[in-house]
Amino acid sequence: MIETFTALAEPNRLRIVELLRGGPHAVNAIGAALGLNQPQVSKHLRVLKEARLVEVEPRAQQRVYGLRAEPLRELNQWLERYRRIWAERADQLDELIEELKSAEQEDRDGRRKIRRRKR
Amino acid sequence: MSQNRTSMELDDDRAIVISRTFNGPARIVFDAWSKPELVKRWWAPRSIGVSMVSVDADVRVGGAYRYVLKPAGGDEFAFSGKYTEVTPHSRLAYTMVYEPQASAGEVIVTVTFEERDGKTHLVSHELYPSKEVRDIVIETGMEKGMLITMDQLDELVASLASG
Repeated sequence: MIETFTALAEPNRLRIVELLRGGPHAVNAIGAALGLNQPQVSKHLRVLKEARLVEVEPRAQQRVYGLRAEPLRELNQWLERYRRIWAERADQLDELIEELKSAEQEDRDGRRKIRRRKR
Repeated sequence: MSQNRTSMELDDDRAIVISRTFNGPARIVFDAWSKPELVKRWWAPRSIGVSMVSVDADVRVGGAYRYVLKPAGGDEFAFSGKYTEVTPHSRLAYTMVYEPQASAGEVIVTVTFEERDGKTHLVSHELYPSKEVRDIVIETGMEKGMLITMDQLDELVASLASG
């Protein structure tokens, strides 16, 4: 899971992934579209391949790279679950904070009354 | 109901960053985040049937904490760790181990509380351990500070699902 987001967090790799959304591309076509040289493209593709984000298919003389949706879906589901847990915790914390604020206010009001009575 | 949104972002070096603004002073938010009797009131994700069994926390540098949870019909499990930094009302840092998978290593959590106009902006930065990830990072000389937002990811997933 962490591998997926680490792979995507590099700007050029994210650009490659976005380019491949349009369909499979050969290595030289990726380089040409993004203004990257071949060793750079190969290095990024290797990381994306290790994260199972792309797969390679030999086509004629070329190696063509296509996107695999599965790790992205898994990452998204995992994050979405975690995000929901935190959204819920934050809402519960909101309620508690409101309660603590009004308790503090009542406490202050109470003390003011006592002071007034003492006078 | 609440207009404050919880945001979650991925940081390039194995971190998850959660942020949210709360309608209260930092003093109250800090207490709610750290005092055991208060943590017990909000930390469990109740909607998925998880309840809080116990919360113990010795909130000072070197002090330990342990949160025990129980899913409906399941066995108890715990998160635990030690405080490495305690600056009242502004900053907390602690390690976190998910005990059922203790061998996976510890997460380093840093929480900051920033008060403005009676509201508190809270940022929780969770740094995950992973040798594989670290190796990839070193190998590729990854640039710092790049964020992938949930929106970007949503968009990617949506486009792939429809394609």
